[in-house]
Amino acid sequence: MNSILIIVFAPLLAAIIAGLGGRIIGHTAAKVLTTGALFLACGLSWPIFLSFVGGDAQASVLPVLKWVQSGDMTFDWALRVDTLTAVMLVVITSVSALVHLYSWGYMDEDPDQSRFFAYLSLFTFAMLMLVTANNLVQMFFGWEGVGLASYLLIGFWYKKPSANAAAIKAFVVNRVGDLGFMLGIFGTFLVFQTTSIPEILAAAPAMQGSTITFMGARWDTMTILCLLLFIGAMGKSAQLGLHTWLPDAMEGPTPVSALIHAATMVTAGVFMVCRLSPLFEAAPAALAVVTIIGAATCLFAATIGTTQWDIKRVIAYSTCSQLGYMFFAAGVGAYGAAMFHLFTHAFFKALLFLGAGSVIHAMHHEQDMRYYGGLRKKIPFTFWAMMFGTLAITGLGIYDLHIGFAGFWSKDAILEVSYAAGGHGTGAFWVGAFAALLTSFYSWRLMFLTFWGKPRWIESEHIQHAVHHGHDEPEEANPASQEDSGHDVAHTVPDPAHGDGTGGYHPHESPLTMLVPLGILSIGAIFAGQFFAGSFLDSASFWNGSIAYNAELMHAMHEVPKWVKYTALVVMLIGLFLAWLAYIRSTDLPRKTAEQLGPIYNFVFNKWYFDELYNLIFVKPAFWLGRIFWKKGDEGTIDRFGPNGVAWVVERGSHYAKSVQSGYLTSYALIMLLGLVAAITWVLF
Amino acid sequence: MGGFPILSVMLLVPLLGAIACLFLDAKPARMVALLATLIDLALGIVLWANYDIGGAQWQFTESAGLFAGFDYALGIDGIALMLIMLSVFLMPICIGASWEAITKRVGEYMAAFLLMEVLMIGVFAAQDIFLFYIFFEAGLIPMYLIIGVWGGQNRIYAAYKFFLYTLLGSVLMLIAMLWMVNEAGTSSIPVLMEYDFAPEAQTWLWLAFFASFAVKMPMWPVHTWLPDAHVQAPTAGSVILAGVLLKLGGYGFIRFSLPMFPDASAEFGWLVWGLSMIAVVVTSLIALVQADMKKLIAYSSVAHMAIVTVGLFAFNVQGLEGAMMIMLGHGLVSGALFLCVGVIYDRLHTREIDRYGGLAINMPAYAALFMLFTMASVGLPGTSNFVGEFLALAGIYQVNSWVAFVCTTGIILGAAYMLYLYRRVVFGIQKNADAAAMPDLSMREYLLLGPIAAAVLWMGVYPESFLAPMRADIEILDTRLATAAPESDAQLAIGEGAPIEEDLSHGGAH
Repeated sequence: MNSILIIVFAPLLAAIIAGLGGRIIGHTAAKVLTTGALFLACGLSWPIFLSFVGGDAQASVLPVLKWVQSGDMTFDWALRVDTLTAVMLVVITSVSALVHLYSWGYMDEDPDQSRFFAYLSLFTFAMLMLVTANNLVQMFFGWEGVGLASYLLIGFWYKKPSANAAAIKAFVVNRVGDLGFMLGIFGTFLVFQTTSIPEILAAAPAMQGSTITFMGARWDTMTILCLLLFIGAMGKSAQLGLHTWLPDAMEGPTPVSALIHAATMVTAGVFMVCRLSPLFEAAPAALAVVTIIGAATCLFAATIGTTQWDIKRVIAYSTCSQLGYMFFAAGVGAYGAAMFHLFTHAFFKALLFLGAGSVIHAMHHEQDMRYYGGLRKKIPFTFWAMMFGTLAITGLGIYDLHIGFAGFWSKDAILEVSYAAGGHGTGAFWVGAFAALLTSFYSWRLMFLTFWGKPRWIESEHIQHAVHHGHDEPEEANPASQEDSGHDVAHTVPDPAHGDGTGGYHPHESPLTMLVPLGILSIGAIFAGQFFAGSFLDSASFWNGSIAYNAELMHAMHEVPKWVKYTALVVMLIGLFLAWLAYIRSTDLPRKTAEQLGPIYNFVFNKWYFDELYNLIFVKPAFWLGRIFWKKGDEGTIDRFGPNGVAWVVERGSHYAKSVQSGYLTSYALIMLLGLVAAITWVLF
Repeated sequence: MGGFPILSVMLLVPLLGAIACLFLDAKPARMVALLATLIDLALGIVLWANYDIGGAQWQFTESAGLFAGFDYALGIDGIALMLIMLSVFLMPICIGASWEAITKRVGEYMAAFLLMEVLMIGVFAAQDIFLFYIFFEAGLIPMYLIIGVWGGQNRIYAAYKFFLYTLLGSVLMLIAMLWMVNEAGTSSIPVLMEYDFAPEAQTWLWLAFFASFAVKMPMWPVHTWLPDAHVQAPTAGSVILAGVLLKLGGYGFIRFSLPMFPDASAEFGWLVWGLSMIAVVVTSLIALVQADMKKLIAYSSVAHMAIVTVGLFAFNVQGLEGAMMIMLGHGLVSGALFLCVGVIYDRLHTREIDRYGGLAINMPAYAALFMLFTMASVGLPGTSNFVGEFLALAGIYQVNSWVAFVCTTGIILGAAYMLYLYRRVVFGIQKNADAAAMPDLSMREYLLLGPIAAAVLWMGVYPESFLAPMRADIEILDTRLATAAPESDAQLAIGEGAPIEEDLSHGGAH
């Protein structure tokens, strides 16, 4: 099982060499090294995962290095591999390897490529440390490490002010969650006297029903611990309230969005809840909160997704919404279903993002879907990849035939299990079903706006720029835009006479390095559900104690009424129909609806005004208070009555100002000397 | 080590160097200073290598009676060892940082630095309370000169403030020391650390020492000398001020206040907690709005030092070890951050944040190292400061969750002001032609920042090297504090608990 060492540390090594030595070894070597390390890690991860699927592997912990020992508190570097880790290993290394490959095409000709690849590999390392953690502190190390990589990659194009702002926002908002996580770790240590995850989980049931004081109030111990830890999960997984950083994170290059902000890092919160599931099982009240927050996020993000024009933002809100599904699945106790959705989602969401990247690439960095249209025939490979991704996320599948795309299997399972769980689960079921309708609507809206209809490219500034300047000038803010210069489009003659909305622009399919990952992920989006549903959902032996597997609940899931099982399909078809109606049949319907809804539309379109609110109650007051404390506090009060006041008194008394420096020094030394003399005298007597 | 008086030699080498520097021209003075500090670093490594972990509490002891019970007594425990290592590690870097920046009165400047090294090592090695006092107070004289003579525009005001605050504390502390020696009949620190003063006396003694240590720390509201001192001091002065002098307060608490007055320490715990909580929030917010790089980092130091004080007054092993680790980590990281400011100050001669921007383009290596130190400053796991902050906050959480909560908000605010600083200096577009024309790090600058970077990562990944020598000493202190330590506010009450065999089948039924 020592292949885990290579899986985890090969990306780190590659990142260090590419990052520090990129200028010496050159871009190609840096890319080969990092991508090679990831494919190696991926190649080693699948056998581990399959051995768990086959049921002939046991959990293991490989100690690496001592870390901290302080009194009763000890935590070391160690790599844990069990079923839950194995699932994450294949998700992380597969998507990461494909994203590395994809970036060869997408980031081609970016002057800072080796830095980009180094960050990607560094991210992968941190994520792997997170999922292999055997204690909460190493998990926190990975947690913050992926946060660092995310910060660096969102701000990769550091000349863009919006990218810098988004990067800081991501880091700081995540830190709010981390505050909860840290307090959760402290509290866990206080209660259990250990940070080792297996020891905590073993001791958790015995602590059920105990109470503790936290910040002056009396709490159920397990509830407060789980809530604190869950705040951390909310930050990383962009749940309602701490979600504001995720849409802005789309400022980063698209491969980053696919890897970090869709497939892996944002699912860390879900992973954490599943990893600690026996702890959460001991805290029913905390689980109720998880369910409610998950369901609320699921719905809230889906509503926003229906109104956005930026293709990446639609997918970002979609991610936020899908994470909500995972959380409420965990909240009702179906951790296997949550992990299953995490697993399938990684494939189809990475596919959607990379597909969107391919569209953006073809459209000369235009991201506004209002300027797309009619791209189906121009970039057919991308179109089909996106099609599979959309079919997967909207969850097309027929229950009785046991056939369906990846998302069908996992989402359907979540809806069924919520219904079966009852209580908060019933509410979550209805919310989830409605959100699934919205999911279908915004996903097909994206498809129709992008690939169907007539081209609307001529209105895009990016396209006009491309046509008129022949791509010669790289865009200042976006070095990656150079990648498609030089070949076919460069020869385009500006032709304003085109009446077909193309503006004389010819989109072109992406290079092979980008298409191959799309192809492989398509396979995942189609088959991942079908292949692994049995293991994830129905096999206690597959999980083998790595999560709190509730066999009773998972059995009840299959016993729900037939209409529940077909809900996902029906809402998907309704969403599809509505999208068809609005964006193909009568295209002025959305505008009219928006006008009719007026304030409601604006509320949703402006993302429920969360950014404005936070700006008003957190950001502005922080700067305002800072200035007050500085000018009125430090300078106006402390200095005025302190040192300056003394100086004023002294000056009034004795015109002491001349040769201040030497004067003070002598008097200072004198006082010291006098003091010592006094000391000695005193002691002598 | 036999009877080799290594601590005295470590004091003597820089002292002789300092005397030599006074009579030398610029070039040889630099060489002598560098040589002296490097010899001391080598001696420090020998010291660390020969320190017997798990051996006697006080090692390398030397003693020579002077008069009236006033001894020249040296000796170190693990805590002092680590702080001495920090000092001798930073000193050659300070000399290197002044290599080109200081051009006037170089001999005197180097002499001042070497003298400061003598006094700093002396503070940590002193085993006689009066010897400690001399080193402790005299150490400020060279610093005072460095700010006053080689400082910036407003150096007189800064030096004056520095002096005034220090004076306030030291007089009271001296009186307290006199009383203690009289009462206990000895001036030996190790003996005093085990002496039980009457509780009423402890209160007054504690307050007298607190006046001095709170200023050195510095704690809010006696911190306002620090931003001015930093802004006016030359780069190397800031490095040593933030790196070592700020640790004198913490060392004072751990060596005097806590072991000598455990009851009073517990009694005044609320005061320390309160001031620290205010400091974390207030000075972090102030750091957010600074336009001067050095001022920003100075204010951030106040916030970080507040975590040290809550760790110390958590009265448990995690808190104490965490506090020590922050002191060491902060010494490295804030020193490195001031060096980073110095690197660009030397090129453009301004500390104004808005004059820079887009340095990632023309100074990529600088940007990478600055990023590392920024991340260390915000306490990213894997760097030195994380270990310290995590342990200190974990320690205080065991005692009081409110204090832990307020102080932990520092991780949010810290990220905000540091990343905001980094963004304005390193990211963005190149606004000014002169800033855009600045060359990347020179070999000398690599040699200054590289070792600190390595140490920061070492301390973050394998802190055992640093924790191990201090472990026994912290345990002794923890035992000494055990009776006085306040009770936890958590008051965990065990319920019935769920029967183990049922635990996993419960789910979903709620």
